Amino acid sequence: MSAATVRPRRRRAREGGARREGRIGLRANLRHIGALARRNALQIKQDPQSMFDVLLMPIVFTLLFVFVFGGAVAGNGKQDEYVSYLVPGLMAMMGLNVSMAVGTGINEDFQKGVMDRFRTMPIARSSVLIAKIVVEVGRMMVAFAILLTVGFMLGMSVETSPLHVLGAIGLSLMFGASLMWIFILIGLSVKTAQAVQGMAMLVLMPLQFGSSIFTPPSTMPGWLRAFTDYNPLSSLADAARGLFIGGPVARDVWMVVAWAVVITLVTAPLAISKFRKKT
Amino acid sequence: MGGMTRFDTNPTGGAANAVQVRGLVKHYGETKALDGVDLDVREGTVLGVLGPNGAGKTTLVRCLSTLVRPDAGTAVVAGYDVVKQPRQLRRTIGLTGQYASVDEKLAGWENLYMIGRLLDLSRKDARRRADELLERFSLTEAAKKPVMQYSGGMRRRLDLAASMIGQPAVLYLDEPTTGLDPRTRNEVWDEVKRMVGEGVTVLLTTQYMEEAEQLASELTVIDRGRVIAGGKVDELKAKVGGRTLEVRPAAPEQLTAMARALREAGLDGIAGSQVDAGEGLLYVPILSDEQLTAVVGLLAARGFGHRAHRTHLPSLDEVFLAITGEKTSEAAAETVTPDSPANNKHEEVAA
Repeated sequence: MSAATVRPRRRRAREGGARREGRIGLRANLRHIGALARRNALQIKQDPQSMFDVLLMPIVFTLLFVFVFGGAVAGNGKQDEYVSYLVPGLMAMMGLNVSMAVGTGINEDFQKGVMDRFRTMPIARSSVLIAKIVVEVGRMMVAFAILLTVGFMLGMSVETSPLHVLGAIGLSLMFGASLMWIFILIGLSVKTAQAVQGMAMLVLMPLQFGSSIFTPPSTMPGWLRAFTDYNPLSSLADAARGLFIGGPVARDVWMVVAWAVVITLVTAPLAISKFRKKT
Repeated sequence: MGGMTRFDTNPTGGAANAVQVRGLVKHYGETKALDGVDLDVREGTVLGVLGPNGAGKTTLVRCLSTLVRPDAGTAVVAGYDVVKQPRQLRRTIGLTGQYASVDEKLAGWENLYMIGRLLDLSRKDARRRADELLERFSLTEAAKKPVMQYSGGMRRRLDLAASMIGQPAVLYLDEPTTGLDPRTRNEVWDEVKRMVGEGVTVLLTTQYMEEAEQLASELTVIDRGRVIAGGKVDELKAKVGGRTLEVRPAAPEQLTAMARALREAGLDGIAGSQVDAGEGLLYVPILSDEQLTAVVGLLAARGFGHRAHRTHLPSLDEVFLAITGEKTSEAAAETVTPDSPANNKHEEVAA
């Protein structure tokens, strides 16, 4: 067998067929993603506390911002108006936070032996990551549902149609899902889950607060506005707000779609390749 | 067992090799986890890979299961090259690690069902196979319980069941009983024996000579990423000494008389027996069950009263001592560098 080192070249040419034989078809791929998503969903069922973040975060944040800052931002007694301003944009913030949790989740998953089993099975390695994203998008939907319920209870108004609202939700989900790839990449690159959290917070805080989610940027100094204007979270918050209460949204919607597509195209292949090479 | 024709045949003309490893190298920085390993596992047999912690056993298994890409050398499993044909190879292998490679939060049944689906079984077949395997590994009662509530032995059994769903041609067992109590260990051994009976080829890593003797027909001893000895278990046992009978006579002064009686009777293997006057023990190498019976019978017939006798297998340390004239790298000074004279000595013995 020492001759093996001499012949790889000729062999490679002949192996084309065999290689394809090992490929995984689309239907099989979807089946694998389904089985793995079921695993992630069952994990949640087994550990209901893992849903606390998406159940409580929307309530706590909405109450906090409406009643603590609402008066100061919108003027005393105008909390109702602030709810309508804040809540559509809060979807962007919730999306960001749920995405961040995916990074820590992937990192923890990797400390376990079951990942080795997946990686020795005849499945596309990307399916493990995609299944995780599918379930996390589901969690995001729960967070949005609670957020909007709280919003309506506090007097949020919708001036457009339910279709517009669904559009805003869909846009927020799409952007949130694209962010997950970034956090998966971070989760696969650093050693511990705590490190993921630390690193994520560093990026998260300026992005969240340096945006139009909580206050209109018109009162911010010029240098900061330069940042908020290009902050994709501003575009998402403005687009969602527009879809809820009316006004021109086309530019912001396209900005968000463009951001989501670019982020996914750049980070998803990096994350998948990182996942493949991880030992 | 169809499809066997695709296995490379052994150049010596024996049975085909299900696993063929040549010059496998994997370095992690300065650490030579695998430093040129050669080994073969004949189809339908169990090869035991014996070695201390850090010998490279786990790295070997990880290379052979496509988890780690070797730096050099070749490894062909069930006819597929681990580097060039990982996808095809993954269809033919099963892996059970030192730690359970199942999902702790999921119920046992859910774990097996998931793996069935990942292996492209239909929902119905995946369900049936999960039920079947739980039954076979005596886990039916715990089917709905999350794995984190399982005992150590139950986890290993579930892990074995998980590896069997795809009916692999080659199964890797990486220290399958490390950390288990003796009773549970026997359970796992019984399961492994049963799988082998069904024609699965097994590569087993272990730190225990007893485990290797129980399960394997051939042994490869590795240390510091190198093969230092190998061969049939019987041959190796002849080299390192197999079972030993330990007899403690009722009166210590009977020791020499006992040894003489055995020698005069001309029983097999008696030449190798030793008297330890300090401990008051007589050691007799055991070559077969018949010989063991003969020795014990003879002592009784000659009227030697003995307080106790027991047989024991050589420990990993004793095996290493016999092969290399040294203790295991682990047992020896823990800071021995890879290039120390100690390592060169191992190479000498391997050659």
